[in-house]
Amino acid sequence: MMSTEGRGLILDEKLLFERSQPGRIGYSIANLDVPAIAPDSSMTRDEIAGFPELSEVDVVRHYTRLSTWNYGVDSGFYPLGSCTMKYNPKVNEAVARFPGFTDIHPQTPEALNQGALELMYNLQRDLCEISGFPAMTLQPAAGAQGELAGMLMIHAWHEAKGQKRHKVIIPDTAHGTNPASSALAGYEVITVASDGILSKEAVAAVMDDDVAALMVTNPNTLGLFEADIREICDLVHERGGLVYSDGANLNAMMGISRPGDLGIDVMHFNLHKTFSTPHGGGGPGSGPVGVAEKLKPFLPVPVVIKNADGYKLEYNCPESIGRLKSFHGHFGILVRAYSYILSMGGDGLKRATELAVLNANYIRARLEGEYDLPNKQRSLHEVVFSEDGLQNECHTLDVAKRLIDYGFHPPTIYFPLVVHGALMIEPTETESKQMIDEFCDALLMIAEEAKTTPELLKQAPVRAKVKRLDEATAARKPVLRWELE
Amino acid sequence: MDFPEGLKYTEDHEWVLVENDIATIGITDFAQDQLGDVVFVELPEVGDTVEVGKTFGVVESVKAVSDVYAPVSGEVVEVNEELPDEPEALNNSPYEAGWMAKIKLTDTAALDGLMDVVAYQEFVAKD
Repeated sequence: MMSTEGRGLILDEKLLFERSQPGRIGYSIANLDVPAIAPDSSMTRDEIAGFPELSEVDVVRHYTRLSTWNYGVDSGFYPLGSCTMKYNPKVNEAVARFPGFTDIHPQTPEALNQGALELMYNLQRDLCEISGFPAMTLQPAAGAQGELAGMLMIHAWHEAKGQKRHKVIIPDTAHGTNPASSALAGYEVITVASDGILSKEAVAAVMDDDVAALMVTNPNTLGLFEADIREICDLVHERGGLVYSDGANLNAMMGISRPGDLGIDVMHFNLHKTFSTPHGGGGPGSGPVGVAEKLKPFLPVPVVIKNADGYKLEYNCPESIGRLKSFHGHFGILVRAYSYILSMGGDGLKRATELAVLNANYIRARLEGEYDLPNKQRSLHEVVFSEDGLQNECHTLDVAKRLIDYGFHPPTIYFPLVVHGALMIEPTETESKQMIDEFCDALLMIAEEAKTTPELLKQAPVRAKVKRLDEATAARKPVLRWELE
Repeated sequence: MDFPEGLKYTEDHEWVLVENDIATIGITDFAQDQLGDVVFVELPEVGDTVEVGKTFGVVESVKAVSDVYAPVSGEVVEVNEELPDEPEALNNSPYEAGWMAKIKLTDTAALDGLMDVVAYQEFVAKD
């Protein structure tokens, strides 16, 4: 059951400043073989106080010990709903380290950069095929910048038609970045309530000639497919608006249905979610954006095109929203995503989607009797439970902390906001049935502990390196700097 | 849970105390309980105009960041300047030390749409 065994060598580590010993050094330099000079006193300090004085082995051990505190998908199951922490295959890393990719400079002349440009062109083409959009930019640095790019293109499209629209409709099941991106693009956000799934009626009630776009996350943050999306797109289009789809959850649709076929006008991808590139601290992310034909003129520059001479960066796009990111986006991440697509193949990508959905629904089936499931519609890639039904005033936070004692990274908690005490679990396709069963066993035992020994939840974690942290005081009175006493 | 009489309440869990044409506003005991430990509060500035149903402040807890919607329309004449430094007052004393702003009412009609304590308690029980 306990998948993290032993605690005798959970290594503690002081700050470098606290390890410092006066006079200890970690370097030796050759004797001075030129005449010494005395610099002007304005260029020198009387003393250098507070710098840690350490040997090489002190420093190596310090950072190596800190690294043992890391937790990531290479250490274990990491079921963060909405964040999709799937395993990152090592073949992606091997390919990204090919000298032809690592040793080029973005300002290398195009004629000498054809391989890299071909990769970008092919990735654009593949993402277009996967999503059903005719055109693509690979430039945005991550999902949220992709959203901003999409909203700026929507703005440019309306402007080119000579219309000023001020509002964007966003359902309460959207990602939190959606309203932020809309606001950044200058729009007023109109939030609509959904009953798990967005209804045509809810959109119709707020849709008017001042609405620039509907911005919807599909599948949404409850892990549910927006079943009426096609009719909703028609409704928005009839009133002259556009539809933005947050494609962060594309890993639940890839190979099965294509947003571009559903009437969506703009969508960003999260390569670090769907296409197995590194995530979080291991990033950076990458947020390509696919657009319908009518938005193609507004894509950021440069776009990669192919002509008789080969591959080329095209800057001559007079209606473009401009450049979003230095050079060509996060190129190393593009290499990894392309490697993933090629190594999986079309059938493999479809299979990944099917297994992601199957795994989430298996977790749902195993836990539904013990954990409250507020939305009963069919789940896709993630499942969201509420804290209602937990016994003895145990809360979602307590369940999450107790999971640490069982050796599992907790899932996303308290998001989405529309679920009371949300526990949002996304297993991804990369986990085995054995791993998922161990995780479900742990959650079922925790539900049982909540009934019989709730103090185990309230005190948790007890097996972790540090006990329950006082998050409120840490946020209210943060101490962000070590000071010499 | 505390539901003082004499206050008006909104469906977004704000309370309003009306004295002459000045409305003091804050979030309810139920709201702070749902939010958990509040760690950050953003208030409007004196002189700002607030509009019923629109965001006038932000409350961040260890769980989430939430907008606070103005229950009335008018001009901000005073804000609780101590609150940003002592956000825990929203948890410990939501109706007194945790008050957020005082609004000089421009339109008293909005007050008719607010709930009294009995209606609000029923609303919370249903929610």
